[in-house]
Amino acid sequence: MSSLDAQAPATHKGLHAFLAGLPGIDQVGAEARAAALGTRSIKKDSKLWAINTAISMVDLTTLEGADTRGKVKAMCSKALHPDPTDMTTPSVAAVCVYGDLVEAARSVVGDHIHVAAVATAFPSGRASLAVKLLDTAEAVTDGADEIDMVIDRGAFLSGNFSKVFDEIVAVKQACGSAHLKVILETGELKTLDNVRKASWLAMKAGADFIKTSTGKVTPAATLPVTLVMLEAVRDYYQETGTRIGVKAAGGIRTSKDAIKYLVMVNETVGEEWLTPDLFRFGASTLLNDLLLQRQRMLTGHYSGPDYVTID
Amino acid sequence: MAFDYAPAPESTAIVNIKSSYDLFINGEFTPGGGTPFTTINPATEEVLATISEANQVDVNRAVASARRAYDKTWSKLSGADRGKYLFRIARIMQERGRELAVLESLDNGKPIKESRDVDIPIAAAHFFYHAGWADKLEFAGYGSNPQALGVAAQIIPWNFPLLMLAWKVAPALATGNTVVLKPAETTPLTALLFAEICQQADLPPGVVNIITGAGETGRMLVEHPDVNKVAFTGSTEVGKAIQRQVAGTNKRLTLELGGKAANIIFDDAPIDQAIEGIVNGIYFNQGHVCCAGSRLLLQESIAEQTIESLKRRLQTLRLGDPLDKNTDIGAINSREQLNRIIDLTKSGEDEGAERWSPACAIPDKGFWFAPTIFTNVTQAHRIAREEIFGPVLSVLTFRTPDEAVEKANNTQYGLSAGIWTEKGSRILWMANKMRAGVVWANTFNRFDPASPFGGYKESGFGREGGVQGLGAYLNVEDPS
Repeated sequence: MSSLDAQAPATHKGLHAFLAGLPGIDQVGAEARAAALGTRSIKKDSKLWAINTAISMVDLTTLEGADTRGKVKAMCSKALHPDPTDMTTPSVAAVCVYGDLVEAARSVVGDHIHVAAVATAFPSGRASLAVKLLDTAEAVTDGADEIDMVIDRGAFLSGNFSKVFDEIVAVKQACGSAHLKVILETGELKTLDNVRKASWLAMKAGADFIKTSTGKVTPAATLPVTLVMLEAVRDYYQETGTRIGVKAAGGIRTSKDAIKYLVMVNETVGEEWLTPDLFRFGASTLLNDLLLQRQRMLTGHYSGPDYVTID
Repeated sequence: MAFDYAPAPESTAIVNIKSSYDLFINGEFTPGGGTPFTTINPATEEVLATISEANQVDVNRAVASARRAYDKTWSKLSGADRGKYLFRIARIMQERGRELAVLESLDNGKPIKESRDVDIPIAAAHFFYHAGWADKLEFAGYGSNPQALGVAAQIIPWNFPLLMLAWKVAPALATGNTVVLKPAETTPLTALLFAEICQQADLPPGVVNIITGAGETGRMLVEHPDVNKVAFTGSTEVGKAIQRQVAGTNKRLTLELGGKAANIIFDDAPIDQAIEGIVNGIYFNQGHVCCAGSRLLLQESIAEQTIESLKRRLQTLRLGDPLDKNTDIGAINSREQLNRIIDLTKSGEDEGAERWSPACAIPDKGFWFAPTIFTNVTQAHRIAREEIFGPVLSVLTFRTPDEAVEKANNTQYGLSAGIWTEKGSRILWMANKMRAGVVWANTFNRFDPASPFGGYKESGFGREGGVQGLGAYLNVEDPS
């Protein structure tokens, strides 16, 4: 047992030792595997299926200081009917907004799709636990059924895993029945070993989803990082029988990229994960590219940026 | 609907396969005097083309042409001028890369993603690398004025047809030799397309000669008295015969032969990457790889879970049409090789090892073998000792690092080894103990023209690639 373990409260005995005992990750090998999966060639029916699936997995997101109720409501309309020229287009999985705009979002989407709120002093997570819990509780009260929380990266990087763990447990409790997505902010964790540790930490603490990034830090989602998280989810399922979801957020802008992620999900955790209940894209501009590609697949020709809506 | 990948075949329109091919001697295509034979697509068993067979007269013509080119042209050129031709060939190989890749997959059966991403790019890289050496040989550590040997007879196998050609031809030309090369009889087409590339590059006639045929043609080439150097890549059995043939002559010889490499996984390995390394080690190119990691040595404490993970991973491998961009496992190159694999795997079952393959649809036509794992294998089993040269992995276990070393080295071969551990000191300790020409740490089957490749024991002698490989074609003491 490590000394950090010895200092930890009784409930966390073994946590540090457990995380330290996870198998290492060879970065070169992980990147090579991610790149190899990216060379799969997805054509015709399978491409259309992948595009429809990807649309249904999007958490359509706006997280700007300049967000207004009007902006959020417009985005919500689009979330329900992404392509007004083709009502067979699937709705996205959820809209993702700041806590104070949850009510506005819910007023448009009703029960049709999920409303996710970022909480816990997003994106930095630099606030007291009390503030984070209040942030979470208010969003849930206003109608959010998904909470995207950030972990305390400072605590994680200084080795204070217990603090990170406890915060997740507390936020999960504040969520009530709302689903909890735990944002690891992998761009700040830097190493793939850290990504694996943080993934396990979040799952053990009660995350329903583990999520790569806030979108406010570069790099956001990458294929190697997502691969490591999917492997963690796969191993966690082997061990516990519980399926945890993965959300790749930020930096995924094209259909081609999105399909690479779906291939990676398919070949790493298996096709049971190819559902919005277990895999999401956190994105804003991705949706329009998916719609353009979908139009092209169905009509046989490319349209252009004015054939999809800007909301 | 499940996420089934629709067929994504690479078009064959880019390559123009002729109905018949002649020998390439003195810069021209010329009919051979032997009995023509056919080369087939091993994925469909359809005939691709009829190929000339070189008889003794043709072998004599080819060697004479190489000698003439050596005396009159190639040995008179400056290193910089030789380098220009090699750079030109390398660039044309890149420009015609798609064409070469499609042709390689058609003739060999390997997946297009491998010919496209591995074989052809590395083949071109060998020409680029050696082009750079051509005018710098006096700085290679072989004295101030190292000289070419003369005419090199080169015989290459069917597993990496164009890549093995590049490993042979590029260093020979860079060091000032001329060559007569014989590709394998089941995979002559990319070598013959390479002959066209030599014409396109205006390479002086006779510097590269390509003759086709089977073992008998190879024997005549090796025994030709005007050959100064023999380079062979292939089976240990044929390598031994060649060594007998050149015994008592002044011919220099390098042999790159079989292997039965150990891929050693310690309990502190980066396990997800190790799984990929195991798969890459033995299922890459259907296991038709002399340095394949065909013996998996697992530390006992992680054996069970690693085998379970490996089995799960194997279920995602896609076997089928080599030209489909999503194919991971292509066709076995020939019926003869398929029979050998079937034979050896049967011996594995008979001797008590436990056989497993993922559910895997096998096409009706062509030569195929599902990826296979044998567990409960011991050092005494044939499948732990003999080179299978197919997608068949033999799994053994060990308890301590010492035992891993002993088991890894307990083979007649010594071409390569893989070590997987997060402990750097153990990697260095193990690498020093391995009697193998190449040792990979936390990776497998990585190739680079700057890195020498070759074997210990019955895996052969001499090195190809890197500064060491140059010595095999220079009139200096063999560095190995």
